[in-house]
Amino acid sequence: MSSAITDFGHHDAHGEPRGLLRWLTTTNHKDIGILYMLFGLTMFLLGGFFAELIRGQLIHPANHLLTPELYNQVITLHGLVMVFGALMPVTAGFANYLVPLMIGAPDMALPRLNNWGFWLLPPAAIVLVLPFVLKLIGIGNGPVDTGWTMYAPLSVQGGPGVDFAIFAIFLLGASSLMASINIVVTIFNLRAPGMTLMQMPLFVWSWLMTSFLLIAVFPALIAGSAMLLADRHFGTHFFSAAGGGDPVLWEHLFWFFGHPEVYILLFPTAGIMSHILPTFARKPVFGYRAQVYSYWAIAALSVVVWAHHMFTSGMPVAGQLYFMYSTMLISVPLGVLFFCWMGTIWQGALSFETPMLFALGYIVLFGIGGLTGLVLADAVADQQYHNSFFLVAHFHYALFGGPIMGVIAGVYYWLPKMTGRMYSERLGKWHFWLTMIGFNITFMSQFFLGVAGMPRRIPDYALQFAPLNMVSSLGAFLLGASQLLLVYNIARAAAGYGKPATNEVWDGAQGLEFTLPSPPPHHTFEEQPVVT
Amino acid sequence: MSADIAATRRYFVPRPSPYPALMSFSIMLLAIGLGLAVNGYPAGRWFTGIGLLSILFALVRWIGNVIAESQGGFYHHWEDRSFRLGMIWFIISEVVLFATLFGVLFYEREVSLPWLASLDAHFTPWPHFAGAWPSAGPAGKSFSTVNPWGIPAINTLLLVSSGATVTRAHYWLRRDHRAALVFWLGLTIALGAIFLVLQAHEFYEAYTELGLTLGSGVYGATFFALTGLHGFHVTVGVVMLSALLVRIFRGHFDARHHFAFEAVSWYWHFVDVVWLLLFVFVYWL
Repeated sequence: MSSAITDFGHHDAHGEPRGLLRWLTTTNHKDIGILYMLFGLTMFLLGGFFAELIRGQLIHPANHLLTPELYNQVITLHGLVMVFGALMPVTAGFANYLVPLMIGAPDMALPRLNNWGFWLLPPAAIVLVLPFVLKLIGIGNGPVDTGWTMYAPLSVQGGPGVDFAIFAIFLLGASSLMASINIVVTIFNLRAPGMTLMQMPLFVWSWLMTSFLLIAVFPALIAGSAMLLADRHFGTHFFSAAGGGDPVLWEHLFWFFGHPEVYILLFPTAGIMSHILPTFARKPVFGYRAQVYSYWAIAALSVVVWAHHMFTSGMPVAGQLYFMYSTMLISVPLGVLFFCWMGTIWQGALSFETPMLFALGYIVLFGIGGLTGLVLADAVADQQYHNSFFLVAHFHYALFGGPIMGVIAGVYYWLPKMTGRMYSERLGKWHFWLTMIGFNITFMSQFFLGVAGMPRRIPDYALQFAPLNMVSSLGAFLLGASQLLLVYNIARAAAGYGKPATNEVWDGAQGLEFTLPSPPPHHTFEEQPVVT
Repeated sequence: MSADIAATRRYFVPRPSPYPALMSFSIMLLAIGLGLAVNGYPAGRWFTGIGLLSILFALVRWIGNVIAESQGGFYHHWEDRSFRLGMIWFIISEVVLFATLFGVLFYEREVSLPWLASLDAHFTPWPHFAGAWPSAGPAGKSFSTVNPWGIPAINTLLLVSSGATVTRAHYWLRRDHRAALVFWLGLTIALGAIFLVLQAHEFYEAYTELGLTLGSGVYGATFFALTGLHGFHVTVGVVMLSALLVRIFRGHFDARHHFAFEAVSWYWHFVDVVWLLLFVFVYWL
């Protein structure tokens, strides 16, 4: 029947559209995956620029690099851009590119929806930062400045920037939901004959769980944001005590989404781990079943622990105890994952190419993030550490040390497959060590700042914090600058420079994607392989 | 894992389409327009209008493509399964959306109002607030609630019957009995439309006679959020059912291939069940 496909839509019947139009109209999962990843990289650089501004402001006390208003806007946008603009899209890009290849599918199940899901993202980013431009022509006071959590009542009273952030969340939510539905349907319906669920590569499993979580929690944030919009403009009192509402209700809605969001960011990179570690340890993955069950346990627990973000909001003691114990319980399945990663490399014939270095860095840094999370999960200790730089350092170990390190590991691992060219191993190693050193200088010092009592989210601080802030800022400049090596390595391979990659890319790499040429042809597995 | 190539089945992957991206950028215009409009900038109306029109255009063309492909015989059992799974997971995400709002309702009744009423009388601006449901809050104006055994009870009957009639229509579709199909589907649309008219009348009365508005504290806000969102879903449902009717007049669907019909009827049943919960927890209890 493929010979009979007639032409629908506005394009040349004899060829695919070219140039910009090709990327706007594409229904090909590889094209869309690349779009997602390039968008994620762009937003990573933008979010990184905001981060450098923050550290530039904090480099010494009484600094006047940013006004306090601009500082608030920059920290808010740094959070939103990194979470929604960089990490989620880039992991969705991996899913789009790799899931069909890994399960032997001809494409994603719903290709036009796939295109729509991606093309909602650039509009969302535009809507989010547009208030910068609107301010120039005298509309509003700039973008959202409430912190990325947009707590009421501050967000109820804020300027038009908050409205644009709310509309951006609607677009991002629609995009995430469509991408998730598409991935679930693809995994359930388009697997190669013979591939059972328990034979799927772990990256595919990890994205199945990610999609489940997104479908289960993103609607809550959409509903909450709509309520916030109504409170701001349509006279409702959801978050106002005068009408019987409660500002803490916003915190519940936000964190019911926000905590699973951590695992939405984490899961795909946990899956990436289980591809990279076996390849460079030259051993099969350890504890496949244990890892799948851990994913399930983490996903189930993640939706019932949200209020550990709210220990200082005046919750009853019974609530604090419940959220403390349930949060600590998550460390059990997470510990199983760490054990499986260790088990995979245990007594392996290790070699340390760049993806492996980043994967090992992931285990170390995310481990620190997880362990400091246990400190914060203690409801009593949290009274001390909450809203201090300790918390900032913790979640940067958890979110940069985890997902971003994992994503970079995945980029180096699959870049030769996607471009057909090897990256520069020497620059890759430089990238790793500079990232590792820069990151630890930046954020290790913030643990000490937090314990010493420096509050977060302020543009100025007491003199006693000056030396460590100087250290942290210099580390951040090193960390930011070293990411340019990543950009260079990607651009170099994409431009066709570097050694050609073989089909297998890495000796002993497992998975259907490594049976294909590098780069794979535009359409793959139009005839499905049978997996035995 | 070892793999060999099997020439078994081919999946339909549509050609490049301009409509999804057009839809996205139209939605961006709509978002920018609304962002300006809610802050009192009249220029927002232009963005909103152009955005809405181009969304409508993209939607019609996109769905037109899908219908043409369906009629052209490009969808077989394998593609059909993708659509079914997609619709099921879409409805699950809608369930979460409504579940969140019901969660908000229970939070207000069981947590925030009792807590406001239990504050130490020396430290609250509202020492006499009792926190009884339904409440406009300690500083809200009083209002009356809608009598559940008036319009809401009639609406319950209408929607439950419409769930039965759409199932009846499906029954006749599977037997390829066009006249009966048109009758039962038409009846479903009529019941849905009457529901909407009554609901609009109820909202009008709430505003003009009961003093129940969006500003009536948490009760008013949650009442209109839940019933309004549900009403929007019924409106979408009626539009989709009407589109089905037009397609049936054009001779689309047969006894075996009618995924669109089933998807809309699942959606309709979902909207129906949500209403039953609304009736019990918003109007009645």
